[in-house]
Amino acid sequence: MTITESRLNEVGRSRTRKDAWEKLRGKAMYTGDQEVPGMLIGKVLRSEIAHGRIVSIDAEQAARMAGVAAILTGQDILDIDPYYGHAIKDRPIIAIDRVRFHGEPVVAVAAVDEATADAALRTIVVEYEELPVAGTIDEALADGAPLLHEGPIRPGLFHGLGDLGERDGNIGYHYRLAAGDVQAASAQADIVVEGEYLFPAVYQYAMETHTVIADYQPGAITLIANCQHPFLVQAELAALFELPLGAVRIVVPYLGGGFGSKSYTKMEPLTVALSRKAGRPVRIANRVDESMVTSRRHGMKAWMRTTAKADGTLLARETRFWLDTGAYADNGPRVTATAADAAPGPYRWEAVDVDANCVYCNTAPSGSYRAFGTTHLQWVGESQIDEVARRAGVDRLDLRRRSLVAKGERVRPDGTGKPLDGDLIGDVEKVAEAIGWGGERRPWHGRGVAVGVLAAGAHPVSRASVRMTADGAVEVNVGTTEMGQGARTVMAQIAAQELGVSSDGVDVHGADTRFTPYDRSTGASRSTTLAGKAVQNAAANVAARLRETAAEAWDTTEDMIELRDGQAVLGDLAMDFPDVIAKRFGFRGGEIIEGGEVRPMGGATGSYQEGPAFWEVCVAGAEVEVDPETGVVEILHTATVADVGTAINPQLVERQDEGATMQGLGNAMFEEMVFEHGLLTNDSLLEYRVPRIADLPGHMTSIIVENADGPGPHGAKGCGEGALAAVPAAIVNALADAGVPMTELPLTPERVWRRIHQTETREAPR
Amino acid sequence: MTRIELTVNGAPVAAEVADQELLLDFLRDQLDLTGAKRSCDVQVCGTCTVLVDGAPVSACTYLAREAHGADVLTIEGFAQQPEFAAYEDAFNRHAALQCGYCTPGFLLTLKALRDAGQLGDEEEIRHGLDGNICRCTGYRSILEAARDIAGVSR
Repeated sequence: MTITESRLNEVGRSRTRKDAWEKLRGKAMYTGDQEVPGMLIGKVLRSEIAHGRIVSIDAEQAARMAGVAAILTGQDILDIDPYYGHAIKDRPIIAIDRVRFHGEPVVAVAAVDEATADAALRTIVVEYEELPVAGTIDEALADGAPLLHEGPIRPGLFHGLGDLGERDGNIGYHYRLAAGDVQAASAQADIVVEGEYLFPAVYQYAMETHTVIADYQPGAITLIANCQHPFLVQAELAALFELPLGAVRIVVPYLGGGFGSKSYTKMEPLTVALSRKAGRPVRIANRVDESMVTSRRHGMKAWMRTTAKADGTLLARETRFWLDTGAYADNGPRVTATAADAAPGPYRWEAVDVDANCVYCNTAPSGSYRAFGTTHLQWVGESQIDEVARRAGVDRLDLRRRSLVAKGERVRPDGTGKPLDGDLIGDVEKVAEAIGWGGERRPWHGRGVAVGVLAAGAHPVSRASVRMTADGAVEVNVGTTEMGQGARTVMAQIAAQELGVSSDGVDVHGADTRFTPYDRSTGASRSTTLAGKAVQNAAANVAARLRETAAEAWDTTEDMIELRDGQAVLGDLAMDFPDVIAKRFGFRGGEIIEGGEVRPMGGATGSYQEGPAFWEVCVAGAEVEVDPETGVVEILHTATVADVGTAINPQLVERQDEGATMQGLGNAMFEEMVFEHGLLTNDSLLEYRVPRIADLPGHMTSIIVENADGPGPHGAKGCGEGALAAVPAAIVNALADAGVPMTELPLTPERVWRRIHQTETREAPR
Repeated sequence: MTRIELTVNGAPVAAEVADQELLLDFLRDQLDLTGAKRSCDVQVCGTCTVLVDGAPVSACTYLAREAHGADVLTIEGFAQQPEFAAYEDAFNRHAALQCGYCTPGFLLTLKALRDAGQLGDEEEIRHGLDGNICRCTGYRSILEAARDIAGVSR
């Protein structure tokens, strides 16, 4: 069927957010705004040391306090298998005999109000026997390092990585990506670029902290929780508390930001266990210092070597890197694999060898943070590409034009996975033009571009249902978590487009696992592409029922019926949808409700090696100026590309890239969690600096590229993460172009100043 | 406990508050006004911003008893005022919100700045909004919306 203009009335339009009315008025409900009858307030006593044995816990005084309903310790969870972790089951619900990081929950108290719970916590005395601390990657890898975990690895339900292998000392997961003969390829090399690099631990800072309301009753658990992946949390809780899946109900309200910090299981098991002990519903709301030790981005140490011929032709790349996953694996294995995939960059290599290691340390656990893995490695690899170009005497953009993988070519050097589905050369040319590539140069001023890709989509399983009630109104039930990205708006537009109605008349509901069809997760830039496709399929099935009924009424065939502007249309005949539904059921009642599905097809299993669903492009440009007297770097201009196939809502696409740009700027310029001997020393927003409005670059350009080459609805593919990985890389390259090559982030004035003044400064290149 | 009498969103309120009770907890727990949010707890992020006698304060570090006799405006009250429409239009036009957690704080800060005549140019807007953190939008759209509200052209 040809798509007429009237049928394209929703997709491609910047519709106002569905949630704006509530959010602007302070009426949008988040988890912490809610109470349930009989609810207690839970507070958590956390370890003050990084590693030790728990000798004793004296909570007698707390137990006698009026208003204290329950006190939970590790001894209260020994009747079940108390270990969880979607990748590796290495984490107890609450510390059992031993603490492995500063901030690990040791005792939880449920009381009638927060003041009582806080007062009770202050009376509890925990005696520890301190153990040696592996507070850094180097300490964890040293001979004789204290081992964080012993015994065989217990795979979690959702690691998705095939064989997890064996633990090796404190290396909890190892991933290797190798192709070709690096020695032979590098034997032809005229240019060898080699270096060591450091990336800091970073806090996602979703402004709403982790918050859970849990009600454990025999045979049933009900939660209101701000989780990104409710169906995965449901499965983990069902396994932990030995219940059928359907006995665990999770309702997800609006989230005050996620960025990966609320992916997988976080505070839910502890809150459920406390409710189980109390026999009443309990709410635990983290404070910021608690959320900082609940999830963060991995710190990294890396070594990389890139070889090339004299003319810049790329030959081989070797990388070894270590990610600090903290005391428990959380999503470390997947972050490690994704980082390894990003390490070569989307270039044509003769040989590649990536050796990736996920390392346990006595630090707070690391999990997902927007564009994980690629953010870690893209700036490293791209800085070496720039250096190759410099030594070869070729333009850095030209070298990329010559060397980047083209659409349809393999991305993973070992040939596994999906070929490239974007136009990287076109994308990088656009950002280069935006930042004035080849334009005027001043001393201590530079420009840089960066190109990468990110394995997006996670496991490709999403379901959704669409319901048209007798009055013609439409409801979309989809498990996507609305955490600010605009999912509900986009889902409404996708369904409306399919049904020939306005998205104004489409309601989109968040997840309530009792009623909402299964969706694997909200992350990996997957929702518009995969959950959106499930919504489109469900809406198409509703549309088919409408056509079927109209065709019966007019004694014609379904393919003759068009749906537009809320009506079934056949030539000059038109019937409003409520009348179509009344025809179908013989009265003004009934409804049409249909499902839609996305799953691995054609013999695929959806595995990581087969994937990804699509490659999200990570392309940015930056123009910077550095003050050599102070080391202060000014970001004059950033440019990013959202290569989204089709922009369902262009304004929301731009907002995604702008938000990712600022987070990338924060990661590059000043964000850093500082651990000393495993103790987090800057656990408040006074000391942990995130970008403010004054940090806005002079110019911020967001470019949307639409080639309809994605697997989602109308050729869409996801966005919103790539810019975060690409912006730090572009800034690092721009700064090197200004004469200050850096190998450690963040680019604090002190670090930049030392680089300028302790090393031989170079004249800014031509 | 202290008895306080104040005006909240135009209505008189009398209540008993604990000496150490924060204005944020008083508004959220006693009055069910949950539009002001808790985040940093240290007066950095601005998401708990409410207006006390027209001036923006961080309710997370402001004692409820200090609001005795004051006129407090929260987002719920501001949203009822006719001028709110201009703020809503500007934020919608630029899609200047995402998760929405910081949004009430930004709106109330902007109102206070505008009422005080402190949104005269872009420099003032940037300075005035530097105490409100938004982790989602990247600020550019908020800046654009603020310009519209202030009547400042680029």
